[in-house]
Amino acid sequence: MKKTLLSATIGAAILGLGSSASAATLDDVKAKGFVQCGVNTGLAGFSAPDAAGEWTGFDVDYCKAVAAAVFGDATKVKYSPTTAQSRFTALQSGEVDLLARNTTWTINRDTALGFNFRTVNYYDGQGFMVPKSLNVKSALELSGAAVCVQSGTTTELNLADYFKGNNLQYNPVVFEKLEEVNAAYQAGRCDVYTTDQSGLYSIRLSLPAPDDHMILPEIISKEPLGPAVRQGDDQWFDIVSWTQYAMVQAEEFGITQANVDEMKNSENPDIRRFLGTEVDSKIGTDLGLTNDWAYNIVKGVGNYGEVFERNIGASTPLKIERGLNALWTKGGLQYAPPVR
Amino acid sequence: MNTSNIQYIRTSMIDQAPPPRSESSVAGWIRKNLVATPKDVALTILALLVIFAIVPGALNWLFIQASWFGPDRTVCTTAAQGGIQPDGWSGACWAFVQDRFSQFIFGRYPLVERWRPMLVGLMMVALLIPLLIPKAPRKGLNALLLFVIFPIVAFFLLHGGVFGLRVVETPLWGGLMVTLILSFVGIAVSLPLGILLALGRRSEMPVVKILCVTFIEVVRGVPLITVLFMANVMLPLFLPTGWTFDNFLRALIGVALFASAYMAEVIRGGLQAIPKGQFEGADSLGLSYWQKIRLIILPQAIKLVIPGIVNTFIGLFKDTSLVSIIGMFDLLGIVRLNFTDTTWITPVTPITGLIFAGFIFWIFCFGMSRYSAFMERHLDTGLKR
Repeated sequence: MKKTLLSATIGAAILGLGSSASAATLDDVKAKGFVQCGVNTGLAGFSAPDAAGEWTGFDVDYCKAVAAAVFGDATKVKYSPTTAQSRFTALQSGEVDLLARNTTWTINRDTALGFNFRTVNYYDGQGFMVPKSLNVKSALELSGAAVCVQSGTTTELNLADYFKGNNLQYNPVVFEKLEEVNAAYQAGRCDVYTTDQSGLYSIRLSLPAPDDHMILPEIISKEPLGPAVRQGDDQWFDIVSWTQYAMVQAEEFGITQANVDEMKNSENPDIRRFLGTEVDSKIGTDLGLTNDWAYNIVKGVGNYGEVFERNIGASTPLKIERGLNALWTKGGLQYAPPVR
Repeated sequence: MNTSNIQYIRTSMIDQAPPPRSESSVAGWIRKNLVATPKDVALTILALLVIFAIVPGALNWLFIQASWFGPDRTVCTTAAQGGIQPDGWSGACWAFVQDRFSQFIFGRYPLVERWRPMLVGLMMVALLIPLLIPKAPRKGLNALLLFVIFPIVAFFLLHGGVFGLRVVETPLWGGLMVTLILSFVGIAVSLPLGILLALGRRSEMPVVKILCVTFIEVVRGVPLITVLFMANVMLPLFLPTGWTFDNFLRALIGVALFASAYMAEVIRGGLQAIPKGQFEGADSLGLSYWQKIRLIILPQAIKLVIPGIVNTFIGLFKDTSLVSIIGMFDLLGIVRLNFTDTTWITPVTPITGLIFAGFIFWIFCFGMSRYSAFMERHLDTGLKR
């Protein structure tokens, strides 16, 4: 009966008939005039609504950057808020053109689920938060600590592996719900709180005295979060990937939203090629875009560092440090292949 | 015998004496209701203790300590958290609700187009109030306007795309507006459809009966959350790539069909309470089936099950918040979404937001419940002895 119901509703109420999305996403996107972008239904700093109800955040800016690259206009995006369960269907079914939704790149998602990942816009990983009064500077000093952790998550397993691997003793204090973990940590029932590092920063904000707590530098699991697209459309995959590379490259060149117009007149041939002012450059058109695609990205949303600072960096309440997300030249992992 | 001699007959009524002091005075009321027996005394003391333990603290937190105005989280956080409040402060963060109020009502509906949902809201109030007042005239025309014309006008106004109105896609709709649209459609569809299903279930035509029974049992047997989830996550996989099917419409259909199945059973309860004599009497008058149902059976049956109907409506109203699992933001969804905005992350934001959402839900549900009590008294024409 459920099937009957479904097919009846399908028959009765198909609203939009888009053209086939599988062949050339870029053509589809250009035809409909906007990028349909799958984002989180609400994650502090990554995708959340502002006072006017507009989506803002680190992942949202990625959507805007792709729109800027394609249309030269960062506002030509429509957002589909997706839950952890519905995000993959939304991408598979063509409901969204790309997923910029703090999705961890794993081999299973890359192969079996039929998606493509290439760039990582945020290197996350499991971290630890401790009260500053504990005077601990590294997770390796945590032997014998009581650790608050959510049960049934990979977090719990990673924790066990890490402490066992480093021959440390610990005392897990396990809870079913995130709120319970927060309450237990606040009440001092444990010395250490562990979950994904980006999550720790927003949890710290909701503590009565955030500045009394610090996040330890160690990251004990790999959570590379990056944009995902459907397999089988290399051109679109290239565009989405090179959007990230362009933002990173812009930061490396020192090109910002403010100075990008000046930089167009730069004498440096690398920068001129990057911004599409070199006469015989075909970089943009080879991507299927215009030659000023990188200029449009930087003009539209700024370079990687600017996007990071604006949404989650030191100037925001989250105060996330660059860490692994610093440029490769500054000890981080953000690295872009040469644009030439 | 002269009547004037009869001294003991009164010529006028004596004025009514005031009730004894023990019945009318405050002290009397207290003596009778609060301290009549030792057990009462103990219970009274206990109740007072509970009230004193909870109420002053709650009032203090909700109103006195509360932070009413402000642009961002600093007004709701202590100095240690980067705000302006003294250490150890805790109070409701109404500034958050105030800052995001229009978003809670309209969701992400574009600012310049907000007059459209407002106009729809006004139209709805203007049509609904006369329908709810028993004495107001022209019920038939009123109902036609509210349930047939109004939804069409409202759709074109809200969605746009005609008469030069900008199209506003449903993903931008949200907040109380979505809650009300879902509930209105659910209520407007479920009552007539539920009546038809209930009649169908009692029908003597086997095909009709089987269809109705199957529909009711299947829909009642599956949780709403499953159907919404299925429509959101599974349905796109069955459709050809690139075909879309509006999320909001999926939710509307799901909620309406659900409410109909429950409504059908409530109505059937009313139908079964009607004595057989009423059916036979109607038949003997030569009324057709539909005349019998419309004139004799339904007016009695529906009156009997008003509490059940309103119960279903209230349940439906609250169930609408399940749509947040398919990426739609109803009132509760949009309030919770705003917890993730770094501008307002504080320890007190979530609880303030939830209290606000709960209060709005309560206002609507309590209003429905009061109105149904009024209708029951108003329609209480017979049966009661």
